[in-house]
Amino acid sequence: MGRIYGKSSTDFAVDAVRLAIADSGLKKSEIDGLLINAGITGNTGGGVSLQLQNALGMGNLRLLNHMNAAGSTAAQMVQYAALAIDAGMVNHVVCVFADAPLREGGSAGAAYSGSGRGGATRRDPTGILGLSAGAGHFGANTSYALAAQRHMALYGTTQDQLGAVAVAERSWATMNPHATMRDPLTLEQYHASRWIVEPLHLLDCCLVSNGAVAVIVSSAERAKEMAQPPVYIWGMGQGHPGDSRHAGDFPETETGARIAAETVFGMAGVGPEDIDICELYDCYTYTVVVTLEDYGFCKKGEGGPFVEDGKLGPGGSLPTNTGGGQLSAYYMWGMTPLSEAVIQTRGQGGERQVKKHDLVLATGNGGALNYHASLVLSPHAN
Amino acid sequence: MADEAPLKPVSQPDELTEPFFAAGAEGRLLVAVCTSCGAMRLPTSATCPDCLAEGVEWQDVSGKGTVHTFAIMHRRYHPAWEPDLPYNIAVVELDEGPRLPANIIGVENDEISVGMPVEVVWEREGEAPVPRFRPIT
Repeated sequence: MGRIYGKSSTDFAVDAVRLAIADSGLKKSEIDGLLINAGITGNTGGGVSLQLQNALGMGNLRLLNHMNAAGSTAAQMVQYAALAIDAGMVNHVVCVFADAPLREGGSAGAAYSGSGRGGATRRDPTGILGLSAGAGHFGANTSYALAAQRHMALYGTTQDQLGAVAVAERSWATMNPHATMRDPLTLEQYHASRWIVEPLHLLDCCLVSNGAVAVIVSSAERAKEMAQPPVYIWGMGQGHPGDSRHAGDFPETETGARIAAETVFGMAGVGPEDIDICELYDCYTYTVVVTLEDYGFCKKGEGGPFVEDGKLGPGGSLPTNTGGGQLSAYYMWGMTPLSEAVIQTRGQGGERQVKKHDLVLATGNGGALNYHASLVLSPHAN
Repeated sequence: MADEAPLKPVSQPDELTEPFFAAGAEGRLLVAVCTSCGAMRLPTSATCPDCLAEGVEWQDVSGKGTVHTFAIMHRRYHPAWEPDLPYNIAVVELDEGPRLPANIIGVENDEISVGMPVEVVWEREGEAPVPRFRPIT
């Protein structure tokens, strides 16, 4: 994962599935479910497709789909796999994300905004939705900058507080051999990084990465016989406010995480005070702040002061994005938080392993805070 | 024509929003009112997201509102916008309720604030009317 070139999304996906199967101790022939999530290349071209089934030589699947609810998809794939296994439809489901938007020598921004392909807008804007492009609004950076500014104005959230998220995550990334950005980061360096869309600096924004991640979901009973310590799903939740611009509206400072929190914590029978580790979707520093609020780790509007004291970093009281997250490690959409959650729950984080890892929250967020899904995971059966 | 300056992308009217842009060309701001439930919106689909009925009547509004949020664009995403960098983009909440994205004009970027009262100014990009807003002094 990272700045790796010369492979297609499908190549990356096959690599990840092969590694996941080997890791589990299963045989490929035992896998009977496959759920696929293409990243941005699912929209821009070259994305992993149902063709992956053929590349993997899986001809007897009982469950197959190509899913897309943006950054919430990874957690959702695990949820639908778990439901299908519980219903007796299928035994072992591989959930895989793959993407390859980066071109050697091309910028991350070009990979996402389309500006490397002859203009940010691929077609003429029309109607009310077209007013955004007509005002010079291009891409997710703008949407999240607008959301962050609203939060800053309402609650006094500061640039230092957003920066505290970037600094804490980089501290974790220094201990992750898979991380792209492993040099320590100071708050001064954060402030010195260039504006992308103010109030977002470059270091408020996630990386763009090529690669793939695969996770295998099985029944608790069968997982006991496998090569790795089981990771039990205690809770599953979703919350989707949708793209409110389509309702002629724009996002407020509450996200789908609030709805998902009720479901995921309700199912797990736990609350935010019980969570040992957070692995939160962090496309932007602001996303972490607002997600912590919506899960009730602090009150609405208090996310800034909550993160400012460094509690998210190594040695802090709420270890969060312990692999460096999407900001510093790698951007595999919802698989970034989910994969690190699996590593920490198993106790295999090496130098960065958090000592107490009984309950881990993994979240996924998609669109401009439009779609949300999450899991509570544990090394203990519930 | 090889060195013709690139044009900013400008939203074009579609069947649903033709009255909105036609009024804009006359300097008037309209919003749509659902003929079934009376909900007011800037429509992005033919049916009302509240009651799911079709049918709108367009109504003149004051053109006044406040800055709901804003951001400053520092990076080149489109060549036609490059000379304007850094430029602002705001979401304006109309006094009547609906919100729309627009640039704030007649003010420095660092003087824009959330909650600032603004009023619509219809400008032109080429022939096309574009709603922008300026501070109410």
